[in-house]
Amino acid sequence: MIAETGHFALILALVTALAQCFVPLYGAHRGDRALMNVAAPAALAQFSLIVIAFFALMHAYVTSDFSLANVWENSHSAKPLLYKISGVWGNHEGSMVLWVLILALFGAGVALFGGNLPLELKSRVLAVQGSIGVAFLLFILFTSNPFLRLDPVPIEGNGLNPLLQDPALAFHPPFLYAGYVGLSVSFSFAIAALIDGKVDAAWARWVRPWTLAAWMFLTIGIAMGSWWAYYELGWGGFWFWDPVENASFMPWLVAAALLHSAVVVEKRNALKIWTILLAILAFSLSLVGAFLVRSGVLTSVHAFAVDPARGVFILLILCVFIGGALALFAWRAPVLKAGGLFTPMSREGGLVVNNLLLCTACASVFIGTLYPLALETLTGEKISVGPPYFNLTFGLIMLPLLLLVPVGPLLTWKRAQAWPVIQRLWAAALGTLAVVILLLVVLHRGPWLTPFGVGLGLWLVLGALVELSERIALFRTPWAMSWSRLKGLPRSALGMTLAHAGVGLAIIGIFAVTTWREEHIVAMKPGDKLTVGGYEVTYIGEAPMTGPNYTGDAGRFRVMSGNREVTVLASEKRRFRPGNQETTEVGLLQAWSGDLYAVMGDRMNDGARAVRIYFNPLISLIWIGTFIMFLGGFVSLTDRRFRVGAPKTARKLHAVPAE
Amino acid sequence: MKRLGAIVLLLSLWIIPAQAVQPDEILSDPVLEARARDLSTGLRCLVCQNQSIDDSNAPLARDLRLLLRDRLKAGDSDAQAVDFIVARYGDYVLLRPRFNAATWLLWIGPFALLAAAGAFLFMRRRNKLIDAESALDPQEQAELDRLMDRRP
Repeated sequence: MIAETGHFALILALVTALAQCFVPLYGAHRGDRALMNVAAPAALAQFSLIVIAFFALMHAYVTSDFSLANVWENSHSAKPLLYKISGVWGNHEGSMVLWVLILALFGAGVALFGGNLPLELKSRVLAVQGSIGVAFLLFILFTSNPFLRLDPVPIEGNGLNPLLQDPALAFHPPFLYAGYVGLSVSFSFAIAALIDGKVDAAWARWVRPWTLAAWMFLTIGIAMGSWWAYYELGWGGFWFWDPVENASFMPWLVAAALLHSAVVVEKRNALKIWTILLAILAFSLSLVGAFLVRSGVLTSVHAFAVDPARGVFILLILCVFIGGALALFAWRAPVLKAGGLFTPMSREGGLVVNNLLLCTACASVFIGTLYPLALETLTGEKISVGPPYFNLTFGLIMLPLLLLVPVGPLLTWKRAQAWPVIQRLWAAALGTLAVVILLLVVLHRGPWLTPFGVGLGLWLVLGALVELSERIALFRTPWAMSWSRLKGLPRSALGMTLAHAGVGLAIIGIFAVTTWREEHIVAMKPGDKLTVGGYEVTYIGEAPMTGPNYTGDAGRFRVMSGNREVTVLASEKRRFRPGNQETTEVGLLQAWSGDLYAVMGDRMNDGARAVRIYFNPLISLIWIGTFIMFLGGFVSLTDRRFRVGAPKTARKLHAVPAE
Repeated sequence: MKRLGAIVLLLSLWIIPAQAVQPDEILSDPVLEARARDLSTGLRCLVCQNQSIDDSNAPLARDLRLLLRDRLKAGDSDAQAVDFIVARYGDYVLLRPRFNAATWLLWIGPFALLAAAGAFLFMRRRNKLIDAESALDPQEQAELDRLMDRRP
């Protein structure tokens, strides 16, 4: 009964979304306020209905109702509660319900907090948002319905893939989807602006918080996925340039570009047409990502959606929305008036360079991901495009961008001089150079890339600090003065400083761990010793163990630093019921200097264990850096200018990112 | 949902993650072993999803690792060893595609795009500057001059 309620709610949500799409659009066209006012309540109703459907499905999972085909295929009664809940979105159908839930949530957000938007713009934005809802609800109901019943009812379910039974992965999809789907709001704003024929500073100010929120969620989602891959897959790697990873990385890059170009629209009323195009592209790439992951065109996704009807349906959605948006863009963009002029050497110019490089970097990921597909379709020739390609092309394009990051914020608007910028950055440059030389001396036997990579990251961090100390006139005025200036800084400026410093920290971590890792692959017997990353590691032995839905062996390693015992690491090999699938739990010791990472391998013929032990220097900086980027986004989101003119909603807007 | 598909496929093929290179495969000569590791990160495990043979635990990946090490022990250069494997498994085995008639666009594409976009911006910039220089009509210019003159 509860499942039927959910099913029915989903159908009602489709009807509501249809109303949300067409009524306000017509109303805005006619200038009829009554019709336009349908948009907000419709968005809220659609959201409520999808909430009902979502929780109905979750109820089926929590109570292990195997009469639902979807629950039977993807759940098991012996699973811990957390993974019963996350099992809702651990499969294609359920994840689509989560997708439309978040889509409707953003729609409801615009309806609730968009009180200061002009009614026409608001109703058009919600109408476009509704049309996306229509497309995906149709997709769910016709090709991926999670509420279909089974008869006779099976006794037990098939179980969730054990690798996915992990806290980081349980919450990774909701964040990632919040990012993907959040970009739909910028898309809707862009389409509404094209219909309106008007883009101004106010428009940019309304779009920016939504883009920022989406970008923050993507950042956290990608970081969680990477963290999961790092400690759950047991390869010691954190990023594999896998097509499915690239599908989330491309919207992130374009969203970052969009954030920067929206600043120019807001502050200088320039780059408007380009910003609209970026907003369209960012969401288009989200859709392309969904298509790649779910259509079965990529070798990696066979199991996720083998039904070709789904692929065709998503391709249709893709064509309608991307094609439609670009056609509208070609038709209406010339109407938009170009704004403020600037010379190439200016803040605007810097942001143009930022956009140019971020977008071509994204293009290199796009080309690398899709080229093998295109080539095979056209010529039948099969090639692989792997990490070496991406590291080279993406890296080469990103390098100048990263070098320029500290320069950009020091440029003045409209027309900038080079000399003052150089004057301000010399301290950061000198500091970076000193560290690079020091590292070159210490690491004179190689790897030669480490000092330069770490230097690059450090340059960003120091650059961000210099920029901040310039703003608060550190060392040039008394401390109290600087402090009060710091408190008075616009939050968005502080957010930028944080985000740029976060990028720098992440880069230090990435280069340190990829070029400087220490690796040992050995066969160990109880009592054997090994020196790794300054620790002395002794293999104690192994013991059988049992968990809620698995059994396994736990190998234990004593870690000594000098004469002091630091910890005893446990690495497990787990065999999950049902099906005896095997996973490995990494033994991980995290410290500022780096992670000690121990993985159990197979038993060798002579009774020893194959063991892999890594020392991953500074790897925590990757996640600390991404978290600081997220924090920067959050701080920027609380900037008062997003709330100015909306005194009533000030507190609510504040609360948006917490959702 | 990132690596989900990847994982499902991995498990459906009964490939268990972790434990790629085994201790018994490692060559006694550290220089040769380092070369083997370096090369094997660039070779694809053909039955896996986007994994190098260095990362993969699949039996085929192990066979390829052993084959590669045999070639190196036999005195092959890096290029010869890789060619040997490509001759048997095709270009598909290379994670870093070679530059040839089928892949020139892959390699040139991103940089060509960057150059084209840069050139476009440069051209537009010049046109805009010319517009900007003549942005004031004579009347406005006269007004401006008058205001400037009035300044103390």
